Amino acid sequence: MRGINKSFPGVRALQNVDFKLEKGEIHALMGENGAGKSTLIKVLTGVYTKDSGTIELEGKGEVAIHSPQDAQKLGISTVYQEITLCPNLTVAENMFIGREKSSITNWKQMNADADKLLKKLDIPAIATQQLSNCSIAVQQMVAIARAVDMDCKVLILDEPTSSLDEQEVEKLFGLMRDLKAMGVGIIFVTHFLDQVYEVCDKITVLRDGQLVGEYEIKDLPRVQLVAKMLGKEMDDLSDIKGEGKQYNGADAGETVFEAEQLQSDAGIKPFDFHIKKGEVNGFTGLLGSGRSECVRAIFGADRVLGGKVKVHGKEVKINKPLDAMKNGIAYLPEDRKVDGIIGDLSVRDNIIMALQVMTGFFKPFSRAKAEAFADEYIKKLNIKTASSDTPIKSLSGGNQQKVILARWLLMHPEYLILDEPTRGIDVGTKVDIQKLVLELASEGMSVTFISSETDEMLRTCSRLVVMRDRKVVGELSGEDLTQNKIMSTIAGGE
Amino acid sequence: MSKFKKITSNQLFIPLMALILLAVINLINDPGFFKVTLGTNNAGYPVLSGYLITILDYGSELGILAIGMTLVTAASGGQDISVGATIAIAGSAMLRVLCGGNSRPETIQAPIIVAFLVACVVGMLCGAFNGALVALFKIQPMIATLILFTAGRSIAAWINNNELPIVPDPKFSYFGGFIPGIPIPTTVFIVAICIVIIALVLKFTNLGLYTQAVGINESSSRLNGINPTLIKFISFVILGLCVAVAALIKVSRLSTINYSVIAKDIEMDAILAVALGGNALSGGKFNMWSSILGAYVIQFLTTTLYKFNVQSDALAAYKAVVVILLVVFSAPTVRDYMGQLMKKMSLARKEAA
Amino acid sequence: MMKRVLAVLMASAMTLSLVACGSAAPASSGSAPAASGGKIKVGIINNDPNESGYRTANDADLKAKFTEANGYEASFAYSLKNDEQIQYAQNFIQDEVDYLLLSAADTAGWDSVLKDAQAAGVKVILFDRTIDADPSLYEASIVSDMAKEGQTAVDWLAGQNLSEYNVIHIQGVMGSAAQQGRSGALDTKVAAESNWNIVKQQTAEWNAEKAQQIVQSVIDAGTPFNVIYAENDDMAKGAVAALDAAGISHGVGKDVVVMGFDCNKWALEELLAQNWNYDGQCNPFQSSYIDDIIKKLEAGETLSQKTIIMDEKGFDASTITQDDVDNYGI
Repeated sequence: MRGINKSFPGVRALQNVDFKLEKGEIHALMGENGAGKSTLIKVLTGVYTKDSGTIELEGKGEVAIHSPQDAQKLGISTVYQEITLCPNLTVAENMFIGREKSSITNWKQMNADADKLLKKLDIPAIATQQLSNCSIAVQQMVAIARAVDMDCKVLILDEPTSSLDEQEVEKLFGLMRDLKAMGVGIIFVTHFLDQVYEVCDKITVLRDGQLVGEYEIKDLPRVQLVAKMLGKEMDDLSDIKGEGKQYNGADAGETVFEAEQLQSDAGIKPFDFHIKKGEVNGFTGLLGSGRSECVRAIFGADRVLGGKVKVHGKEVKINKPLDAMKNGIAYLPEDRKVDGIIGDLSVRDNIIMALQVMTGFFKPFSRAKAEAFADEYIKKLNIKTASSDTPIKSLSGGNQQKVILARWLLMHPEYLILDEPTRGIDVGTKVDIQKLVLELASEGMSVTFISSETDEMLRTCSRLVVMRDRKVVGELSGEDLTQNKIMSTIAGGE
Repeated sequence: MSKFKKITSNQLFIPLMALILLAVINLINDPGFFKVTLGTNNAGYPVLSGYLITILDYGSELGILAIGMTLVTAASGGQDISVGATIAIAGSAMLRVLCGGNSRPETIQAPIIVAFLVACVVGMLCGAFNGALVALFKIQPMIATLILFTAGRSIAAWINNNELPIVPDPKFSYFGGFIPGIPIPTTVFIVAICIVIIALVLKFTNLGLYTQAVGINESSSRLNGINPTLIKFISFVILGLCVAVAALIKVSRLSTINYSVIAKDIEMDAILAVALGGNALSGGKFNMWSSILGAYVIQFLTTTLYKFNVQSDALAAYKAVVVILLVVFSAPTVRDYMGQLMKKMSLARKEAA
Repeated sequence: MMKRVLAVLMASAMTLSLVACGSAAPASSGSAPAASGGKIKVGIINNDPNESGYRTANDADLKAKFTEANGYEASFAYSLKNDEQIQYAQNFIQDEVDYLLLSAADTAGWDSVLKDAQAAGVKVILFDRTIDADPSLYEASIVSDMAKEGQTAVDWLAGQNLSEYNVIHIQGVMGSAAQQGRSGALDTKVAAESNWNIVKQQTAEWNAEKAQQIVQSVIDAGTPFNVIYAENDDMAKGAVAALDAAGISHGVGKDVVVMGFDCNKWALEELLAQNWNYDGQCNPFQSSYIDDIIKKLEAGETLSQKTIIMDEKGFDASTITQDDVDNYGI
């Protein structure tokens, strides 16, 4: 693929990106969210049409891919993170569905073919077994087998390992190596660094829709990879921080919230955590490292499995969000659309929601009071909306985020958790939010701030909890708060 | 243009338009359609009669059910199809208490209020059963309520040992008829009481806000401290209560019950009322008054069809046409198209001027 | 997992509805094999007793007759669906009953199972409803003549010598035997006589509420009428409720003549109170006829006729007595 360009209204998702995959190679495609990985894959598989650029295929020269069918005919197959097979059908049916040679299916033949292929690829499944009875890993493999059987030359694996355990990942890697030996080129998209170094030959890094570079795996140490993904060269990582430090008056305050060996059903390892009055701290790590899961456990958003939680030194039970709210904890969730906004309701209802729930079922605010609350925060946070009656879904992303922020500020929490508050919103709003965080902290609020952008974190946080692969692997504060140190902690090992 | 949009985007627009359309059709056909006369009934008391009174009277059960159905729809994004069968259950329980298991008692065996309260409990239990399946076990509402839809009428028959008891006390017939001396059907007062109660509930509690929040975005509601399971459950229990009130009226109309035909197909009318009120059947935002108005529009339609001598087994077909029109006109593509059409027309008018 | 919970619930709901319909499923009769100790084994397939008061009375009558005290060992099975009834019939044949008593839900589809019965030596007696099958496949059928019921009623109405007949005709479920029989006589009469008019003819599907709305609609329209011909008692009751609310008098010597069918006890009481004028009988008491036939067959006698039409009366409010109510009310 050469010089690929793709724009969406308002965004240039891909700018002049080159990508090269050789026969019998496992090639990692890396980048943080919004870097353009999925757009590139969708262009390659014909889901999106590119604006400009060329795609060449071995022996065929330049090819035109306008639809997923085109891509399939050329031997480009994709296996997605979520299984896209039919769980009610058998393994064999799933492998051959939609591509029978005649309208009459020869079941015997089909099952025999399937068994042969499963054996060849060493997949522990039986042709006549119902797919939903297989483990997720095996389902994943069946999807791969289906792709392989369609004479695929290029296999794209999009986050195949995120729902697998370690043994299952090993099995999958075994299969990938087998396919590599057969000459299939594999594009591997993942967030797990260890897995990249275990199985890949080459890495291509994207950032903000641009190509950062293509590297041999042996030439690129982990720290370098993290630096490239986050967009900071090791060398110029001097102390960007500085200004953040002046708000750092946290050492004197009492501990507001404390967690010991907290664990939830979202798959994170038990962790310890605490925050003091007026402190701003954060969880850092790559996407999928368990940052959000930690704060969700604190807020009671996921089912808490074990551990102790103390607020102002007193042990409390937080089993559901309302418990956390009653203890003065507020949480702005990572996924604004799914967990944040209540789309069809007005800006006003969205703002008063949390405080209203806290106040009680039988004590609804009067219209005038709700109006006053909404107007106060619309003005305070400079929310751009036609009126407080406007449905929140018709606002821009940044303004939606401000409404959700207003919702939690209205509650006057002691401890505010912000999970990716700046994602997907314009630069102006980003700066507003960062300023607001520091202002709130100076007024004595404790804030946990999570962001994929490390400089944001460095600018605002005085202490960072570092996570890798769903585990807390370190804590940085004071002099250690540098890009270098963060990245080496994230990368681990070396 | 903007004025047009403002009017059409109001939720009451669809049911009001339908109401006006029906009224005009009837008026053209029979100018005396809206005449209300004061006569006396066979007990010698003054009563009002006329098509309008008939619509208000017979639309009562539907209006009451629309209240509960609106809440269930908003919270769960699905509908309860068991209301007809649960009316049979609640009504049967009421008769069992009134007649004490004897199909032809000389006097009633318990005060009417006790029988009604028992029916309320039974109705709410049925609602709780449906609500538990939907909220706790996450079964689709239509599938979950299919259970009582299937078994309900047999349960109703079982409650009274397959007997068809007749209530001997004429006072019992007041609820579905007239109270001596008052010329307005009692059902109108019952509906009015229900409307006042639900209006007070919506004003003095957060039921409306929570229900809508849960229906629009369950996950987000949970993170705001709302318990979506409880809200869905409550909505079904409230519908159960509405069912009990509707059962009181239904059973009172004839002072007896027929398990296999009482309130037959009423669930479809109740769902249609919610849809006709412009509420999304997929849940979320709702307008209670619009649903109730929708219920009376349906009764208006039914009464009109009877008047035009349409065979009553063909009524369903006409209602199906209404559903089709509703679906078509609420489809976003059609709305966009209509909007553009209006724009073009107003442009053309400007050019002409 | 959820799916399984749901499946279990659905299944139990279905079972519940079956249990509530009938107390004994046919399978239970299999416990006592052929040696029935001199008792005559009968399998009875009927419609759901909840269907109507008629059916409830019919079922109660059969249950009272075919008892152990009367020398029978009876099993009952209920369904409103033909295919389920056929299934029950096969079960009874396997259980080697001596007699199969059948009130079929539908007229068609019985040939093969009745042949099986014949081959197995099971004698078949039809009651209440006939079927489209060769008469050699069953011993006897005991039925009501719906057309005759209608004719009796229309003849009675003609005998009232009203100067004009403006009739609201409320029909049962369209296409049912009772509806066809009871509608036919009236339709013929209206077509033949110039002073007989139909004000409104609509089906209320045996449903009192619908009948009430239909009559209400006529009252609201202000069309004059003086006869209500309802094809069952429930619908007549609904119609009368509408008349009462509108202050229209009805009954003996009053403005509107009210006619119903089926002779429910409460309906006959209305006749006795002169509130209604006529009620046509549809005799649900077939058990004594069946008992008679079985006795004859067991004694080796041949039956004089295959189809037995039961006596059915029409009651006039001016002549009905308390004894009639007690004897014929169901």
